[in-house]
Amino acid sequence: MSAAAPSKAGMFDCRDSFAATIEALAEADPRIVTVVSDSVGSSKLAGFKEKYPERMVNVGIAEQTLVAVGAGLANGGKVPFVSAASCFITGRAMEQVKADIAYSNVNVKLIGQSSGVAYGELGPTHHSIEDLAWLRLFNNMKLIVPADPWQTAEAIKAAAAYDGPVFVRVSRMPVPALERAEGASFAIGKAETLVEGSDATIIANGTMVHRAVAAAKALAAEGISARVVNMATVNPLDEAAIAAAAETGAIVTVEEHSVRGGLGGAVAEVVISTNPVPMRILGFPGFVPTGSAEWLFDHFGLNVSGIAAAVRQTIARKK
Amino acid sequence: LPSPVAPLKNDLAGEVAAQALWIRRRSFQMVYEAQQGHPGGDFSAADVLAALYFGVMRYDPKNPRDPQRDRFVMSKGHCTGAFYSVLARAGYFPEADLSTYMEPLSKLNGHPNRNYLPGVETNTGPLGHGLPVATGIAIAGQIDNADFRTFVLTGDGELQEGSNWESALTAAHRKLENLTLIVDRNRLQQGARTEETASLDPLDDKWRAFGWHVEVIDGHDHAQLLDVLSASPKGRGKPLCVIANTFKGKGVSFMHDNVSWHHGVPNKEQYEQAMRELV
Repeated sequence: MSAAAPSKAGMFDCRDSFAATIEALAEADPRIVTVVSDSVGSSKLAGFKEKYPERMVNVGIAEQTLVAVGAGLANGGKVPFVSAASCFITGRAMEQVKADIAYSNVNVKLIGQSSGVAYGELGPTHHSIEDLAWLRLFNNMKLIVPADPWQTAEAIKAAAAYDGPVFVRVSRMPVPALERAEGASFAIGKAETLVEGSDATIIANGTMVHRAVAAAKALAAEGISARVVNMATVNPLDEAAIAAAAETGAIVTVEEHSVRGGLGGAVAEVVISTNPVPMRILGFPGFVPTGSAEWLFDHFGLNVSGIAAAVRQTIARKK
Repeated sequence: LPSPVAPLKNDLAGEVAAQALWIRRRSFQMVYEAQQGHPGGDFSAADVLAALYFGVMRYDPKNPRDPQRDRFVMSKGHCTGAFYSVLARAGYFPEADLSTYMEPLSKLNGHPNRNYLPGVETNTGPLGHGLPVATGIAIAGQIDNADFRTFVLTGDGELQEGSNWESALTAAHRKLENLTLIVDRNRLQQGARTEETASLDPLDDKWRAFGWHVEVIDGHDHAQLLDVLSASPKGRGKPLCVIANTFKGKGVSFMHDNVSWHHGVPNKEQYEQAMRELV
């Protein structure tokens, strides 16, 4: 179940990693089924459909039924991976996610595809920068935002192995494979430190992690030692990693999400209750103007220079 | 609480009638003691529930997660008086627990929670959730070529929720003959008659147009309920919609077809009069 080949110049589409992993898992576990809402292609599940046609349920363009059918399949002993564009599987079906999946506490995996601002110019109806804030309110739902193809595969495997509701946010934005120490592992709720540092900590997830690593390298050239923590699991948070981050005296969070209620909000809730230190939350302020995803990242400072500037400013606020 | 009417031997409809009477009496006691609940809908659904649990479904209350069990989804999750009564009567939990209805920390929440009580398949309460989940259960059975059937009971006002019609398409498209929807057609929603609010008639034609097999019956006639719900679905090639014509508050004169008893609760005199009538 290795990740697919890089698309261009060493960059990957994490949906390919999701698709390869779910196909491999399905071969070993006959309980695994996929549920889609006319979202076979956008979920990269054409291969799964060809291999396991009887194990793909396509309900049509009907997200409430999409999510509810996932709950029903779990009742019938299946391990359903329910996959659709993140903006629709969350917002359009939110009460089904709440009542049928989270409150009922059933073994369903929700896969939010093409999350964040991946749909760029299509605009805020198709962006999903609210999904984590909404889902974070369901305390028993695991929320995972993988950063690269390896972590996407690990997150899907961990979701399959866990008995309960999980949401995995899968991006279509090209990302590089992150450099990790030999023997690196993934566990739900465990953050990973990708760059050691002591002057400040950048906590990022998803498509922002490789940008945070690059920002830390740029800051190192100026003599600023910035730690980079990949907080792939937003619920439950790795509170020990946040406590350690607070010890560096300054925290900057970076996410492809609204600045309201996502990773930054979650980290801030822990920081303010334990060891308040200067913090900065980078993300989108709300509905964004027309532009490609890359343009929007640059426009809102979600790039190497923007992250580095936020770190410098936050360090300057240390008492 | 007096004992229910003793069922006649070899008289299934008579036994179902006796259980339905017990459900009405016990659920009304619950509502009276809690001074909360939805007794009008408890009474319209009591005969359907009694028929399912005492004449139709295969289940073992000692093994509530048996993969081969028939499933029942209570989509009109507000009618927990009747639903909890039938579950207790069927043996899922002690009847004495019914006296904790809606008390602090009770397992008997105002709407059912599968993590609190055996026999509850999915947490309902918000309307329009039961049929979509039941559709998923039936699909699991279809994939496995399993023998179990899935039953779901909705209110009629509830059919104003669009999620039902999404699932109606999916269930018909997949020819889910193992799925049975029962509509508690009491013609009253919370505030008024359905036909004065957002008309559902002709309801049978709507389900037929969506590709379902439809049966319209008297939802208080135990023999009709048993006939229609027990018939094997094999070979039908369509999901079944049973429109059970009922009355809200059925069984008590002052509650009969009276919208104020959607979530009305009885005072002492009303409770005692109802118990005198429910015999």
